[in-house]
Amino acid sequence: MNKVLLGLLLGAALGAIDGGTAWFTPAVRSMMVGIIVGSTIKGLIAGVAAGVFARKVNSVPLGILFGLAVGFVLAFLVAYMQHGYYFEIILPGSVVGMIVGYATQRYGVAPAPASATR
Amino acid sequence: MKFLSDKTLEHLREAAEIPDLTGTRYRLLERVARGGMGVVYIVEDERLQRRVALKVFDAPGADRDLANRLTREALVLARLEHPGIVPVHDVGTLADGRVFYTMKFVQGQRLDKYLESVASISDRLRIFVRICDAVAFAHAHLVLHRDLKPANIMVGSFGEVLVMDWGLAKLLEQQVRRPTEVADPDDTIFETPTQAGNSNAGTLPTSDATGHGTVMGTPGYMSPEQERGEIEHLDARSDIFSLGALLRFLLTSDSKASAATARKPRLDKALYAIYSKATAPNPGDRYPSVPQLAEDVSRYLDGLPIKAHHESFIEKLGRFYRRYRFFILLIGAYLLMRVLIVFFMHR
Repeated sequence: MNKVLLGLLLGAALGAIDGGTAWFTPAVRSMMVGIIVGSTIKGLIAGVAAGVFARKVNSVPLGILFGLAVGFVLAFLVAYMQHGYYFEIILPGSVVGMIVGYATQRYGVAPAPASATR
Repeated sequence: MKFLSDKTLEHLREAAEIPDLTGTRYRLLERVARGGMGVVYIVEDERLQRRVALKVFDAPGADRDLANRLTREALVLARLEHPGIVPVHDVGTLADGRVFYTMKFVQGQRLDKYLESVASISDRLRIFVRICDAVAFAHAHLVLHRDLKPANIMVGSFGEVLVMDWGLAKLLEQQVRRPTEVADPDDTIFETPTQAGNSNAGTLPTSDATGHGTVMGTPGYMSPEQERGEIEHLDARSDIFSLGALLRFLLTSDSKASAATARKPRLDKALYAIYSKATAPNPGDRYPSVPQLAEDVSRYLDGLPIKAHHESFIEKLGRFYRRYRFFILLIGAYLLMRVLIVFFMHR
């Protein structure tokens, strides 16, 4: 699977799981759908960014760092908009970014080089 | 009457073996190894100012069949231009009548010695795949090695893997032509060797110097049909058997390994299946070609299912886990972290 598609699918899946865990917080249970959709989009953006990065830079450590940074920034923005739950949102969001960064570097397939034509 | 000591006799024998390089462009430097057919020396090519290995018969006056065999070995090597096969530079006859050929001087270690510093199974398997590549190339050019064993594999100082000693090689078809024969322009042609010094041109041996019924090879590594001397019936699957024995050696470092002894080596199930299929007593049960054997080993290395072994569901899960271990652990750690966050939030 190519790196961007892998990042997109994995980011979306982990983002959805991440959002789904909000169910365990009774105070926000009424906003579950919005949280899951938002979290899925957040994971999806982080995944695509990590996938695009993996296409440009072939390095697992840098991929992990990049995923961590993107996950952190996106999660921070979400937490900032929520005015709370910083720890509960930022920590898992950053870890999702890391996982996606690792997976796109390690398991994503680089596009085949274009054949030379005259 | 005074008897000569063993040491003196050995010294005299070595002195008698020293090749007379008069009239050639080579200068003798040192002796490096003795093979089944001859001795290998390091010589300096004075024209090109480089070191090359020179293989020559043990002693002057060796019989003509053996001389032809050495010439054949050079011709076989000349047709096999591959990074995994040592290239031959020259062939000819010395002033003392002995046939010689020169080849690239490979600085490195024999496989059995080299393996002492290679612990990882995957690194060993990668070496095996490279050996397979060279042998597959030879088979594609209708050449069987017939003596694949650790002592005939060299690993160079830059990690290059070279298949050596093609002295027992068999040409699968009459492809070696005498110089007067007209060749198909599309076919690989053996040119008459360019002779160094007083080389003997024009006497090309036949496709196989080993007659039916003759047993040549190394016990433990040669196929059952080769052991029975069924030379005319040998095909690529005979070398596949030897590669299987070599695989076992690579994985167990057991130099006495033999399919005949049939002691089951302690191997991963999939690797054991590959080994068993390669060394099946019946050639029909073996891999049909070397690339298929190499492909199975490569698939194993990539964590993919192999063709030699039908795995159970549990084995599939195990392979999946091994392949994605780090990723699965990461996801597990993430889920654990999620559970802990929820747990501490509700305390």
